Amino acid sequence: MGQRTLRKSKDRIFERISAFFAFLVLALGLLLFLVLLHASLPAIRRFGASFLLSRTWDPVAEEFGALPFLYGTLVSSFLAILMAVPLGVGGAVFINDYAPAWLRKPVSMLAELLAAIPSVIYGLWGIFVLVPVLRDHFMKPVSKHLGWIPLFKGPVYGPSMLAAGVLLAIMIVPFILSVSREVLATVPVRQKEAVLSLGGTRWEMIRISIGQHCIPGIFGATVLGLGRALGETMAVTMVIGNRPEIFLSLFQQGYSMAAVIANEFAEAADLQLSSLILVGLLLFLVTFLVNLAAKWMLERMVRGAGRGDLGK
Amino acid sequence: MKTIGFRRKAVDTGMRWIFYLCAFLVILPLFLIFFDLVAKGAKELRWSLLTDLPRPVGEAGGGIANGILGSFIVTLLTMLWSVPMAVMCGIYLAEYGRGKFASAVRFTVDSLTGVPSIIMGIFGYILVVLPMKRFSAWAGASALTMIFIPVVVRTTEDMLRTVPRSVREAALALGIERWKTTLYIVVRVASAGIVTGILLAMARIVGETAPLLFTILGNQFWQLRLDQPMAAMPLQVFSYAISPYADWHDKAWAAALVLITLVLVINVGARFMTRERK
Repeated sequence: MGQRTLRKSKDRIFERISAFFAFLVLALGLLLFLVLLHASLPAIRRFGASFLLSRTWDPVAEEFGALPFLYGTLVSSFLAILMAVPLGVGGAVFINDYAPAWLRKPVSMLAELLAAIPSVIYGLWGIFVLVPVLRDHFMKPVSKHLGWIPLFKGPVYGPSMLAAGVLLAIMIVPFILSVSREVLATVPVRQKEAVLSLGGTRWEMIRISIGQHCIPGIFGATVLGLGRALGETMAVTMVIGNRPEIFLSLFQQGYSMAAVIANEFAEAADLQLSSLILVGLLLFLVTFLVNLAAKWMLERMVRGAGRGDLGK
Repeated sequence: MKTIGFRRKAVDTGMRWIFYLCAFLVILPLFLIFFDLVAKGAKELRWSLLTDLPRPVGEAGGGIANGILGSFIVTLLTMLWSVPMAVMCGIYLAEYGRGKFASAVRFTVDSLTGVPSIIMGIFGYILVVLPMKRFSAWAGASALTMIFIPVVVRTTEDMLRTVPRSVREAALALGIERWKTTLYIVVRVASAGIVTGILLAMARIVGETAPLLFTILGNQFWQLRLDQPMAAMPLQVFSYAISPYADWHDKAWAAALVLITLVLVINVGARFMTRERK
């Protein structure tokens, strides 16, 4: 009897120890939020909601507003999504429905490697390869002929909202591709065969199966990609131009929330530091909500697919 | 009838080529980046790059040895406390984790995975740099911890869940205590997967730059003291790249080539490990 209680208590101790570490992780997450909130309080007290609406970012006058960074973050991420979603979903369809068996693994492995490249290397490549190429072969000719459209107005320097969007698109495509692949894989094979046996073409089969099954999942993949794009720091900092103003033209410079933190944090103090941390807190909350939404959508998708299996 | 058939066929062929093109465009940047890294980085790639300290602008030669050492130290330091914490947390979630507390932990872990890494830099700054009043390797490691832990918790939990019930039941039936079963049998069965997860997370933090910008800050010299600013490879790539000097740009490419080689070796090695097992 005594031995048995001893054994039980040892198990209990082990469980307690592991629970303690789980608690530590939970505490770290809470601590992160509280630390950000606490350190940004001075800026919140000073500026309140006007922080979100003001365009001034003036460390000398101690006037801080985050609108240019919010704008830059949203526009560059939106551009990235615009390019990355069709490519990522298209690539996923290729791997799922067109690629010969021997090509599937290599293609998805290469996409995974793309996700493993450190973002500072994307930035380096962005500065020295992507930006000059975009500037000379795309932005200059386009602004020359279509410069009357506000979105394509010059002057063209190179570092720009567009460059940030393209680079971000390259960086988030692997995530969108791999999530889309998982989503596409939930389409029942029977349904695909049914479309083909009715005389549908392969494209019709894909269109119908995506339309019926995958829209919420692909939307989830998109939102997940958006979450990554919003917080990406190094690559954006290196190519966006870092100018705290709002230009409608995609060919002109911009700034992003993550980039302003990266550039100014080490030398900031007092109210500027607090304002930068408030920018960080906003970024934290936005990415948190975006990821939550993506997770919710993808989970619903998986559950939906599960119900479909039950029907078999 | 015939025209409709032709149209459908044309659309089908057109879409086929569009999908081929998408896959090509997704992969293309990988080759472009590698091509440029090798083309521009290889000429600066000599032994002295790996063994020398950085030199001032205009002086030939010089290397990134202190950055390699710094990256090594700060990664090791991070893993020293993160690995036990993350693996134990993963064990808790997989073996005991039911109820509200466990779902709160899971939710935290999921949320932390999506937090931009620069925010972890702010975290390290406020918690370590401000009280210590200086940038340090400790601060860098505390920021990297926040990136490392959620990834490893998740993979540990997932891997432990793939261990069949029968393994646990067999061990318990032999009269082995439950905690020993978990620690010495279940964890061991899943160990290849857990180690893979740890290596993948390690490959990630080796390349992280943003959280290090204002935690370990960077250093031009050797530094072994953990309470002082320290160099790191990704920081060197960054500061060389944004400098206005052409010969520093060359060094940025060379350092990037070294960095990516390291990251990919760890990454591919880790994947290879689990593939072997299957």
